[in-house]
Amino acid sequence: MRYGTSSRLGGIIKQIVLAIGAVFILAPFVQMISTSLKSSQDIAQGGLNLIPREWAAFENYSEALSATPLLQYMLNGVIVTVCIFTLQVVIALPCAYALAKLRWRGRGTVFALVLLCLLIPPHAVAIPVYILLFKMGILDTYASLILPFIISVFGIFLMRQFFMTVPDDLIDAARMDGMSEFAIVWRVMAPTAVPALVAFGIFSVIAHWNDYFWPLIVLSSEELYTPPLGIATFRTAEVGYVFGPLMAAATMVIAPLVIAFLFAQRRFIEGITLTGMK
Amino acid sequence: MPSTDTMAFGGPSPAVFVHAKRRSLAAHLTAYALSAPALFLMALLLIGPVLVVLMMSFTDYSLGNASFEWVGLANYAEMLEDDVFVKAIGNTLLYVGIVVPASVFLGLGAAMLIESLTFGRAFWRAVYFLPVMATLMAMAIVWEFMLNARFGMISQLLALLGLPAKNWLQETSTALPMLMVIGIWQALGFNMVLFMAGLTSIPRDLYEALELDGGSSSWSRFWTVTWPLLSPVTLFVVVITAIRSFQVFDPVHVLTKGGPNNASMVLIYQLYQEGFDFFRSAYAAGLTVVFLIFIFAITWVKSRVMEKNVHY
Repeated sequence: MRYGTSSRLGGIIKQIVLAIGAVFILAPFVQMISTSLKSSQDIAQGGLNLIPREWAAFENYSEALSATPLLQYMLNGVIVTVCIFTLQVVIALPCAYALAKLRWRGRGTVFALVLLCLLIPPHAVAIPVYILLFKMGILDTYASLILPFIISVFGIFLMRQFFMTVPDDLIDAARMDGMSEFAIVWRVMAPTAVPALVAFGIFSVIAHWNDYFWPLIVLSSEELYTPPLGIATFRTAEVGYVFGPLMAAATMVIAPLVIAFLFAQRRFIEGITLTGMK
Repeated sequence: MPSTDTMAFGGPSPAVFVHAKRRSLAAHLTAYALSAPALFLMALLLIGPVLVVLMMSFTDYSLGNASFEWVGLANYAEMLEDDVFVKAIGNTLLYVGIVVPASVFLGLGAAMLIESLTFGRAFWRAVYFLPVMATLMAMAIVWEFMLNARFGMISQLLALLGLPAKNWLQETSTALPMLMVIGIWQALGFNMVLFMAGLTSIPRDLYEALELDGGSSSWSRFWTVTWPLLSPVTLFVVVITAIRSFQVFDPVHVLTKGGPNNASMVLIYQLYQEGFDFFRSAYAAGLTVVFLIFIFAITWVKSRVMEKNVHY
């Protein structure tokens, strides 16, 4: 690349350095998968063997699935993230369009409010929102997991930035055709904004799939638990030395996002970069 | 909002003026309608709660009480006397103070190494980014097992080297450092990706110009071109990592519960305890205000530094 000639040895050294760093990065994953395949005797014996001396893969994974409703937790994760993202889009897109393409008094103020809200960290609003849900009587429901997050100022900001790059003639043409502004948002703007929508979606799904704090405080019924809460429960429930099934559970919990990532790497990284660089 | 035809003619002719006004009224209504749901929810779920938190911090409200009293600065006074709070702030600042530089430098290092490779870039990028994707809660539990004094990988390795194992997460002196390791482990990959984006946007010709000027060692390459041009990204990465580290909660709750003896107590954990374990809502609101002040301070520092130092 840039370095031209001196790079053969340099390249090898770099790969070695990266490999050493990768040991630190991958160690937990290796520990997790390896232990999930071992029997409890094998684990108790100690040692650094990565390949199990005594295989118990089937036992561990089925134990993990039966001791806790892990699949139910995953399903909850799916329900919650899909609902949150869908509603986020429904609410954010029209607002982003109005901010980007329409001229109206108050537009500047509203955008300033969006920027201000971007600064508010989620933990800061936890107490009042919790009290609100409590008074509404909807604590410990799917609604309590979904509703607080349907406003995504980040999404509004992202989509507004993107919409501003859409050529006006596209919109004017639609208006000439008699399309209402509402129709324009969904029939014209949304289809052109797929890359930004994907980035938004990735960001939203990852954040809410992995959210531990909020489900922890609003839920008490185990059947509503999302994956992070589920595995934390599994850990506290298994007070004995059942590390095999615990690691199996961990493997299953992280599997969906990791596999999705490995298949769609570029999309993920583009998404993170796009959202990061604003 | 005057339309261009009114301005061009130096004064509105009645017909044009009425037409412009009617059009903008319709546009206004539509715009308001489109943004109303978002505005309502911003008020209800974001701005409103922040104001409520602020006000609540001056009361003695506890969830479940029928009424409350205004107590002025009593909650804040309590904080200053509260050992747990002092520990929480201290630990959180220490955590941020270590995790941010470490994960930023390591992320930058990884980004630079990977970007300069001739092959294997996508592979290494995937490897280093993996921790970011993996649910932190699950990986924290895996880390806990790794650190397990009897069976974990780390203690096995130490045993091989003849060194004694420790109960890393249960000892006062090592609990917080271990949490820092987990924090760095996860933040590294995220920062790396942002730096990689920054590195690829540096124009190649700058390096060529540097070569022509005779300064082509790696160090001068870095110092004269890379570092200055990366400064907006670096600033961004530092601020983002700082804000995220400030909010550390998940591993603390599941692994140490702030212990032993508050050795790993952090601000958000105390907020959680006071607000949702003890239901001392008003005190927790006070903690939230302190938390917000720190977050806003970090953001404010970012904009000041932006104005002064960032090279474009």
